[in-house]
Amino acid sequence: MTYSFQFRDVFAAWEFLLEGLVLTLELSLVTMAVGLIIGLAGAAARVYGAPWLKRIVAVYVETIRNTPLIVQLFLIFFGLPSAGLKFDANTAAMIALSINLGAYSIEIIRAGLEAIPRSQIEAGQSLGLSPVQIYRYVIIFPALRMMFPALSSQFVLLMLATSVVSQISAQDLFHMASIIQSRTFRDFEVYILVAAAYLVLALLFRLAFAGIYHFVFARR
Amino acid sequence: MIRELSYIDVLYLIAATRWTLALTAIAFMGGGIVGLAIALLRVSSLPPLRWLGAIYVHAVQGTPLLAWLFVFFFGLSIFGFTVSPWLAAAAAYSIYAGAFLGEIWRGCLQAIPRTQWEAGASLGLGFTQQLRYIIVPQALRLAIPPTVGFLVQLIKNTSLAAVIGFIELTREGQLTTATTFRPFTVYLIVAAIYFALCFPLTQWSRRLERRLHVAR
Repeated sequence: MTYSFQFRDVFAAWEFLLEGLVLTLELSLVTMAVGLIIGLAGAAARVYGAPWLKRIVAVYVETIRNTPLIVQLFLIFFGLPSAGLKFDANTAAMIALSINLGAYSIEIIRAGLEAIPRSQIEAGQSLGLSPVQIYRYVIIFPALRMMFPALSSQFVLLMLATSVVSQISAQDLFHMASIIQSRTFRDFEVYILVAAAYLVLALLFRLAFAGIYHFVFARR
Repeated sequence: MIRELSYIDVLYLIAATRWTLALTAIAFMGGGIVGLAIALLRVSSLPPLRWLGAIYVHAVQGTPLLAWLFVFFFGLSIFGFTVSPWLAAAAAYSIYAGAFLGEIWRGCLQAIPRTQWEAGASLGLGFTQQLRYIIVPQALRLAIPPTVGFLVQLIKNTSLAAVIGFIELTREGQLTTATTFRPFTVYLIVAAIYFALCFPLTQWSRRLERRLHVAR
C-alpha cells in the first residue's frame, strides 16, 4: 500500500466540522425534547383516549415505524412544497426527525403505561389523589423509570440517525464532512474522523442519560 | 419535466423493490454470520473475548450507518480496490446488522438459566456441546420475534444505500422524481411500498412474541 494518511487538510477545516457538530447537537436535543412530548401525549391518548383517538395514534405510529426515515425526510422536504408548504432544510430536518422519534417514543412509553398495574391506580384513588396527581405520581413517573433504558437507547439511535439529514443539505456534521471531502479528496480520513466524532457523542449522550437516571429516578 | 408520471413509473418502483429485498437478504446473511460470532464472543468464558465482542458492538452501535457506507464506498478506494456500490453496501450492512443481531442473540443466550449450562456440564458435555444441544435450541425460540423485528429495521435502513448510488427502491424514487417532477406522489408511493413490506413483518413479530408469552 502506497497511500499515506494525511489528516492535516481535514483538521485545517475544523471550523466547518465544529459548525456541523453544533447543528447535529441542536437537532438532536430539540428532537429529543419534542419527541418526548409527542411520546407522553400520544401514549396517554393511545392507552386512555377515546376509541377514535386511539385509532388515529395507532395509524400514526404504524405508518412512521414501518417506513424509512430518509423517505419521510424526502416527503417533507421535496414533497410538501408542491402542496404549498415550504421549509428550509434545517427546519424540514427538525420536523421529520421529531415526527419520527415521536412515533417510537409513543410505542415505548405506551408499553410502560400498560405495565402499571390497575391496583396501583386504585390505591392512588383510595388515598384521595386527584386524577392529575395519579397521572403524575402513580402512572407517568414509574412508567418513565421502567422505560428509561429503552427510551434513552432510542434517543442515542436518533442522534446517529440525524446524519441522514445531510441528504437534504441540512448542514449537520455529516454534511460538513462531505463538503470537506469534496475540497480535499481525503475521503477515508474525513469519514473515519466523523465516525469517531459520532462515537464520542454517543458515549457522551449515554453518560448524560445515566446521570439523569441516577439523579431523577434512582433516588426515590 | 421530462415526462408525466404514469403507471409505468409505479411498475418501475415495484420492480426496484427486488434490489431492496436482495440487499436485505445479503445484509441479513452477512450480519447473521457476524452476529453469531459476536454473540458467542459475548457469552464466552474468557474475559478478553468478551471485551472484544463488547468493543465491536459499542463501536458499531455508536456510529451512524451512513458513515460506514461512506467509509467503504469512498474510503476503501485508497487501498487500490475499485469498490462497487454492491460491495460497499454488502460490507457496511453486514457490519451494522452483525452488531445488532449479535446483541439480540446474546440476550437470548443469556436468558437461558445458568443451571441449564450446569446441567449440561454435569452430564459431561463440553462448552460447544452444551451450546449446541441445550442452550441454542431453547434460545432459538426466544430469538425469533426480535430477529423478525430487526429485519424490519434492516429493510428500512437499506434505503440509505441510495446515497452511494445503489439502485433500490429509494434511489429509484429519486430518479423518478428527477424525470417527472412529482416528488410528493412518488415518495408517497415509495413509502407505501416500504409499508407493504414492513407492516406484515411487524405484525408477525408481535404475534410470535405474544405466543411466546402465553407459552411461558
